[in-house]
Amino acid sequence: MPVLGSRIDPRSERFAENRQAMLALVDAFREIEGRGRLEEESKRDRYAKRGQLLPRERVRHLLDRGSPWLELSTLCGYLQHDDKDGSLAGGNLIAGIGWVSGVRVMVSASNYVIKGGTMTPLGVEKGQRIQEIALEQKLPHVSLIESGGANLRYQAEMFIRGGRSFANQARLSAAGIPQIAVVHGSSTAGGAYIPGMSDHVIMVRRAARVFLAGPPLVHAATGEIADEESLGGAEMHATIAGTTEHVAQDDADAVRIAREVVSHLGWTSAASLRPFIEPAYDIDELCGAVPVDFRTPYDCREIIARIVDGSDFLEEKPDYDAHTICGRARISGMQVALIGNNGPISAEGAAKATHFIQAACQSGTPLVYLMNTTGFMVGTRSEQAGIVKHGAKMIQAVANATVPQVTLVVGGSFGAGNYGMCGRGLGPSFIFAWPNARTAVMGGEQAARVLDTVARHKLAREKRAATDVEEQLLARSHAQVVAQFEAESHAFWASAHLFDDGIIDPRDTRRVLQLTLETCLDARRRHLSSNTFGVARP
Amino acid sequence: MSRFRRVLVANRGEIALRVIRGAGAAGYETVAVYSDADADAPHVRAADTAVRLGPAAPVESYLHTGRILDAARRSGAQAIHPGYGFLSERAAFARAVTDAGLVFIGPSAEAIEAMGDKAAAKQRMQAAGVPCIPGHSGAQSDDQLLVEARRVGYPIMVKASAGGGGRGMRLVRGEDELPDSLRSARSEAELAFGDGTLLLEKALFGARHVEVQVLGDQHGHVVHLGERDCSVQRRNQKLVEEAPGPSVTAALRRKLGEAAVRAAQAVRYVGAGTVEMMLVDATGEFFFLEMNTRLQVEHPVTELVYGVDLVGLQLSVAQGDPLPWSQAEIDARRTGHAIEVRLCAEDAQMRPRTGTVLRWSPPEGVRVDAGIETGSVVGSSYDSLLGKLIAHGPDRETARRRLVEALRRTTLLGVETNRALLLAIIEGDAFSSGVFDTRLLDTMPLPVVPTWHPALAAIVLELAGRRALSRHSTVVGWESTRLAARAFALSCDDELVRVSLQALDGDRWRAGEHELQVRAFSETTLRYTIDGLERSAAWTLDGDTLWLDAAGVTRVYVDRTYAPSIGTRGPTDGLVRAPFDGRVTRVLVTVGQHAEAGQPLCVLESMKLEHTLNASAAGQVTAVHVAPGDQVVAKRVIIELAAAPSSS
Repeated sequence: MPVLGSRIDPRSERFAENRQAMLALVDAFREIEGRGRLEEESKRDRYAKRGQLLPRERVRHLLDRGSPWLELSTLCGYLQHDDKDGSLAGGNLIAGIGWVSGVRVMVSASNYVIKGGTMTPLGVEKGQRIQEIALEQKLPHVSLIESGGANLRYQAEMFIRGGRSFANQARLSAAGIPQIAVVHGSSTAGGAYIPGMSDHVIMVRRAARVFLAGPPLVHAATGEIADEESLGGAEMHATIAGTTEHVAQDDADAVRIAREVVSHLGWTSAASLRPFIEPAYDIDELCGAVPVDFRTPYDCREIIARIVDGSDFLEEKPDYDAHTICGRARISGMQVALIGNNGPISAEGAAKATHFIQAACQSGTPLVYLMNTTGFMVGTRSEQAGIVKHGAKMIQAVANATVPQVTLVVGGSFGAGNYGMCGRGLGPSFIFAWPNARTAVMGGEQAARVLDTVARHKLAREKRAATDVEEQLLARSHAQVVAQFEAESHAFWASAHLFDDGIIDPRDTRRVLQLTLETCLDARRRHLSSNTFGVARP
Repeated sequence: MSRFRRVLVANRGEIALRVIRGAGAAGYETVAVYSDADADAPHVRAADTAVRLGPAAPVESYLHTGRILDAARRSGAQAIHPGYGFLSERAAFARAVTDAGLVFIGPSAEAIEAMGDKAAAKQRMQAAGVPCIPGHSGAQSDDQLLVEARRVGYPIMVKASAGGGGRGMRLVRGEDELPDSLRSARSEAELAFGDGTLLLEKALFGARHVEVQVLGDQHGHVVHLGERDCSVQRRNQKLVEEAPGPSVTAALRRKLGEAAVRAAQAVRYVGAGTVEMMLVDATGEFFFLEMNTRLQVEHPVTELVYGVDLVGLQLSVAQGDPLPWSQAEIDARRTGHAIEVRLCAEDAQMRPRTGTVLRWSPPEGVRVDAGIETGSVVGSSYDSLLGKLIAHGPDRETARRRLVEALRRTTLLGVETNRALLLAIIEGDAFSSGVFDTRLLDTMPLPVVPTWHPALAAIVLELAGRRALSRHSTVVGWESTRLAARAFALSCDDELVRVSLQALDGDRWRAGEHELQVRAFSETTLRYTIDGLERSAAWTLDGDTLWLDAAGVTRVYVDRTYAPSIGTRGPTDGLVRAPFDGRVTRVLVTVGQHAEAGQPLCVLESMKLEHTLNASAAGQVTAVHVAPGDQVVAKRVIIELAAAPSSS
């Protein structure tokens, strides 16, 4: 068994420095995740008095005892739109994968505690990504709804794109993937279509509000005076409109019914687990084994050694190209094909990776990308070696791969390297980032120099030197570009824009891979009862 | 008479197993009998042959003389051992056995009869010079009993003359209580024994219940095997027994023994029997209570102290063999001290419980006489005794410590037991000191359940969930982000306990003020740490029911976390709607009127059918929107009710 050797000394000063820096980054994103929770906790008693559960209590109550919980995109919308203090990080939507009544499901819950659960443009986009995962991984979707709907200030950004959410619901239903909507509170106007288009609906008595227009709008539009309960209360929907299948006494009761509904789906797990052994190295060392600065190179085998079973790694063609690492291993008994970067991707590396991806597709082996690349190699030698065609070939292989692909951004993610290593645009099944990740078309310094060079070429064509003022402008522009790239390539910014499915603690890497790969493999084995109509309400 | 070699054991449970074991050891073939409830019971398999008697009801099985004799005939048994209870003290049964040409392993029908009538027995004992409690037996009218009670002096005990086991027994403190007590005791005695004859006895407070084991052979020899102290009782049922009695001196033992032997000789007693006495420590006085003409539940303490097998001796006496020992030889065999506890199926309120034994793990190092095994069904047809633990030691304290340890190591899941109570008794100061009387239980503090017990139950449920899920997911329990605390609603001892369980790092959990750490978790056992003490708890999950044995307390928790809310079905908004299009024919209520749940409110006619609308819950009629003759469309609100305050 080719067990990887490690050159990391956990007692070294460098290890300690790396670890300290990485843990500071972990603390930073955990702190952001915690900001909204402080607000939630401060309101707990108020809601408890009304018999309401906090959004995270609803999710907890929904999940099985012992269920794992993989939350997605916790930094969605962080400091974007009207998120001034980070408390809206997550897009006001709590979403993740967990188990309900013995079934792996996608769970989403509106965070009604903050700003009434109103949705921002990125929150809407997150909801659509959640639907996309549910569709690809054949996960029943349970949504726990209580939201003021879209934030009207950003309606222009949401109105048209938001329509896709409803199209997704229709397609999920037709694909044979059940959607269970629990209406805990307000779900009105456009939001009314969420339960309206779900396959199973549960409404909480005297709390659910599902109508196209509330009393003020109805009065303005038609002159009719109506109260909320008769316009869209649970009783009305249960007895007259037929919009809900079940009426619940309170939040906990509604969640209980949702569990019952899931238990009756007959959605048995198709997974076949195999015995496995843990890695030979402590996964906790991942925080110290890797430098947080992508400019400091490191051997990606140090990561592999800490995430694969027994640290057993069957590497291919190590001497053909030393910068693109390819090899096979197992993660909790599941076969995986791993690709990692130990530097820029060369023509040989791209060709090697292409073959490797195709061979993985042939054997039906899921691909795991450990992305840490400054991009494809540039320069005359590289161009003459055919980097364009070999790079194209690699991107083609990634885009058309027929096996599940899970990407981890563990360092730099620059230029077309992001495409070759299965970045968001290439449609990986899941993509997560470490908090030290950096994503951009190129480095800020390089971009600033390119722009500087272009400006100076223009001056050269004018056959003159820059004036003092122009020099100052160039310097300022340089600094601005560097600063902009620095901000926009930051892992938190990328995650805020849903360039990944979430930031994870490096120490959780193996577990995240276990959960996502099991999800993908389970989906592959599942036969759906698809239909052409989608399930319509009575 | 020819010697018998095949013995039928006309009993069930632990005593049947005990007798089968003893008879087998003595070289006899054994025949078990069983009712339908016991078809799979351990005693059935322990015997060489088994015969079905009939349905579960005792009168159809273990109390059915004809069927037992028939079983003996079919199996070729030549002798019948009655055990205790059931037919063991019925003279008619002993006679029937003998008349059938079989050997009854016990005294003669005449001896049973003589001791069975409490009043007659007392007169006979007085004649034989055995001290008896002052009292009255004879005239039965209330007036006469009132006069006799005054003569004896209060407080007095009213007892059923034909009774035993506490039934038909009443303590009367003063004359005003007497008439009621007589009435209830008489009816209870009639129900239980078919004989309402009562007797009066002076009530002795602060006395001990001490009994002497006697053994007589067919050649007129009677010996005694010392005393047993059975003062630890609840409602006149023994819970803990020991030998020798902690307050009995050698001189007193000789006096007790001689009195007991005289009592046995007075009825020409053959076999093993027990003479029950009340002993007043302060004066050393003792009084005859009654004689039990059979093997006692608590016979093992005597066996351990004297190193004898009473069942073996019963058999050999029944064969006509002479007793192997003289009184002096028996006295010389005495060694150390033995204590027994009775493990019974009952809850913390001491009510009998039933169920299926999900796990029975008896302790090692002490004698265990039990009639159950994992999978046994404990039903309501028979008494609640599941088994006995008997510890022996060179001295009382050693025996007591061994028994405490053994009880702690006893696991019984699936049926509630009195183990915690037994532990509290034998660990308590009063029992430890040896200075106590029959009122011990009234003054003893009840067993304490650790406040963290429900939290541990919640942890087990969470970990059991992980175990179940680990068949489908290699990652269980782990969360990429922290969710809320886990909420549990557990019902235990008729109370709903809510536990909020917060996961901390390192397999630690917080529930309220408690912090618990999980050290290991297996299919049967949880190893946990609380307050720096690491211990094991046994658990088993049966659907929603968790059995948890921790810190000497076994509790059963029913997981109600996901139990449906009461009244989940149907809207309760008080709006009565038309179920379909139709015409109102009658309106049966008016505004302001109160309507009970289910009360008819209105009658609709539709498609030639009459349909009555009833109130789904009680309430006051606040509006009536229709009158007879009105056409209504489906779902239209017809009548409105305001919920009654009690139902909201």
